[in-house]
Amino acid sequence: MIEPDHSYAVEARGISKYFGGVAALDGVDFKVHWGEVHALLGENGAGKTTLSNILAGIYRADSGEIAVDGLTHEVRTPAQAIEAGIGMVHQHFKLVETMTVAENVHLGWPDTPTLVSQRVLVDRTNHLMEEIGLHVDPTAKVWQLSVGEQQRVEILRVLARGAQILILDEPTAVLTSHEARDLFKVMRDLVSGGRTVIFISHKLNEVLEVSDQITVLRDGVHEVTRSAEGATPRELARLMTGEERTLEVEHREITGETVLQLEGVTASNDRGVVALSSVDLVARSGEILGIAGVSGNGQTELAEVISAMRRVDGGTITVDGEDVANGLVRKVTDLGVGHIPEDRIGVGIVGSASVKDNAVLRHYWTEGLSSGVTLFRQAVVDFATRLVEVARVQTRSITATAGQMSGGNQQRLVARREALLATRVLIAVHPTRGLDVLAAQEVQTAVIGQRDRGAAVLFISDDLDEVLLMSDRIAVMYEGRIMGIFDRVDADREAIGLMMGGHTLEEAMAK
Amino acid sequence: MTFALIENGFLSLISSAIPASTVVVLAALGCLVGERVGVLNLGQEGLIGIGGVYAVIAVVTWGVGSPWVALAIGMAAAGIAGLMFAVAVVVFRASQVLVGLALALGGIGLSNQLGTNRNGVQVRTQFSEFSLGGSLVDGGVREALFAHDPMVYVAYVLLPLTLWFILFRTRHGMNMRAVGENPAAADAVGVSVTWSRIGYSVLGAAISGAGGAYMVLSFTPTWSPDIARGRGWVALAVVIFAGWRPVRAVFGALLYGTMFSLGLTAQARGWGFLFNATDLAFFLSMLPFLVTLAAILLPAGAAKIGKRVRSTAAPAALAIPYSREER
Ligand SMILES: Nc1ncnc2c1ncn2[C@@H]1O[C@H](COP(=O)(O)OP(=O)(O)O)[C@@H](O)[C@H]1O
Ligand SMILES: [Mg+2]
Repeated sequence: MIEPDHSYAVEARGISKYFGGVAALDGVDFKVHWGEVHALLGENGAGKTTLSNILAGIYRADSGEIAVDGLTHEVRTPAQAIEAGIGMVHQHFKLVETMTVAENVHLGWPDTPTLVSQRVLVDRTNHLMEEIGLHVDPTAKVWQLSVGEQQRVEILRVLARGAQILILDEPTAVLTSHEARDLFKVMRDLVSGGRTVIFISHKLNEVLEVSDQITVLRDGVHEVTRSAEGATPRELARLMTGEERTLEVEHREITGETVLQLEGVTASNDRGVVALSSVDLVARSGEILGIAGVSGNGQTELAEVISAMRRVDGGTITVDGEDVANGLVRKVTDLGVGHIPEDRIGVGIVGSASVKDNAVLRHYWTEGLSSGVTLFRQAVVDFATRLVEVARVQTRSITATAGQMSGGNQQRLVARREALLATRVLIAVHPTRGLDVLAAQEVQTAVIGQRDRGAAVLFISDDLDEVLLMSDRIAVMYEGRIMGIFDRVDADREAIGLMMGGHTLEEAMAK
Repeated sequence: MTFALIENGFLSLISSAIPASTVVVLAALGCLVGERVGVLNLGQEGLIGIGGVYAVIAVVTWGVGSPWVALAIGMAAAGIAGLMFAVAVVVFRASQVLVGLALALGGIGLSNQLGTNRNGVQVRTQFSEFSLGGSLVDGGVREALFAHDPMVYVAYVLLPLTLWFILFRTRHGMNMRAVGENPAAADAVGVSVTWSRIGYSVLGAAISGAGGAYMVLSFTPTWSPDIARGRGWVALAVVIFAGWRPVRAVFGALLYGTMFSLGLTAQARGWGFLFNATDLAFFLSMLPFLVTLAAILLPAGAAKIGKRVRSTAAPAALAIPYSREER
């Protein structure tokens, strides 16, 4: 008999997985040593989650085999994965929101006593937290916790079950940078105790900061596994995207006429608190007006009042001279206003409807697509096929549901669809948030293309670098007010930063 | 004097409401068991019919001499119907609403068909009275509360307490509730969603079937077509009304039974206030459904006007099929 080779914690060989005939993973080899943080890096849709789900027994591989600590294991169900010592913290947490932390920790666990009472569970949970060194109020209901705390519950739960191999799927996507630092410390502690952490991310800096080894996946294919030492972001980015590119944005002098005009616009947020106070803005044809500011300073509401999704309490909003404030969304749309919303899943698409239906969601009443009563099926199919092609949406078919696509593909679809509508005004709210480099660039390209076709673009983002890259003019928002407006050439990064923090234009310039 | 009359009236109402409500209690607990793991079975009318008709067949045709055996046969028949339902909705992920409606209609039809030759036949194998309390409590109260057949105590006390204990005091119950709230979460920690859903659909259907069997073995005790007469629908509403809690479901069901009895009593005694006797009887038999509507609308209405109502939300994954590889 051959001695098992204990040097690898996980050894996956030739893993393939197909969804509806499309390969999500194609013969991937993935080897992870004991006692290391091993980053799994790749763009959205590269197959990172699919590979981890296979290791965690959620998905079944169509081919390939998995060895844990040198022994070939059947990992066909989550229970078998747990038994083999593999624990996964999913990108979308798998917690029961209406139950307490203590109950969630004990769910489905054979060590849980047969008879349970809240007291017993809380005692046991306190004990575990002490032992493992992660703390959350065990009596709190999960829905009351912050995402960072929920993540801790998940980690606690898998560690309590004796997981030796911990898979974290994009754990930092939902964390503040401070919380991310804390998490990195936990990860380092775990590996110094001999465990293995598989860390999934598409953020290069984080990966370089915390990992020992890095594996890059691209389009379901294993690209490279190498030590983090000496790796550069540039090289990794090239491996991830397969090409090296940076976006060049051309800025010309703006000569176009005024398209969008806001005067003294006042509005409240969902809680009834003033979100916009007396906002004056003008956007001209052929320009990108960037809105810089920390999230939550009225940007969302600004986009919503213009697209008629929110009522204004005062002031006027005109598009080509037509008053649109408190009007109908349909009317604003017909005037040529497109809106890439902040909440793409809640507002931008209908997850349970097909890609095709989502493609025509904002166009179906237009000429050529319907008679006014019935849809022209072939025309709809053609329209959707073209849109999907132009937007480079990767989907197995236009009849698949939109919710099944990755976030990047959903956003590609929404961005192109809205750009198509936006002959006069395009409002883009955090349009590249959470996207990988390639998808982000495609969305940015769509926005720029619309500007070049003569639309006035409102580009809202809390990433100042992105605003500076994209905009022809930049307005700074703070607590519902416009603090100042800069031409691109006069834009001073420092001054804008100060104004985002509440300083007036004069104060900012004086410093 | 008047007081005694009212008291007597009340006690006699209770003593007839308790057996009348037993069917609704059982069917409601049956629904509740399935719904707690996320399976909504709208086929309660059908399950009551199937449980009832097989209990009749057992006694009348097969000559079964023990009411318990007849009950078990009725439950098994309803359990088999529940299994077919579960396979359709859990394994093949068909719509629970559609399959449930099919079961309701199909079950009524099937039981009426099987019962054709047995309409009105006396069911001689019956549960006999099983008195509790002896001489400790006085006559009227004893009549009302402690002089029923054993199934009453099972339905009102033993079963709800057992369900409560399992759901809220055991590891197994905690896992069950997780399956109803978030099957993906339960699955990820190794709880089998498929088996819990199938298992508890079958068990729930059998309990609902016991309701039908109880009707013919004790309450009526004879077979008549459309035996459930809306009680299955009422049971579904009771579960909502009770916020998916077993003990509350019993009280909810009893309330409905009381209104049913009121209707019958009114008819029998020819009461007539506000309406003439016949109209009053119609009105009273409509009451359970009116109260159902109110019970469902009131919390929703209160939420609408901003009043916080005690959280009695449905299991979050109720009626939503689950598949591990789908996202
Ligand atoms: N459950 C699923 N059903 C259909 N397609 C899926 C499913 N899970 C993943 N995919 C597809 O597989 C590919 C890889 O996805 P995923 O593993 O989620 O990527 P990553 O985590 O790297 O962003 C994508 O094209 C995605 O659309
Ligand atoms: Mg992923």
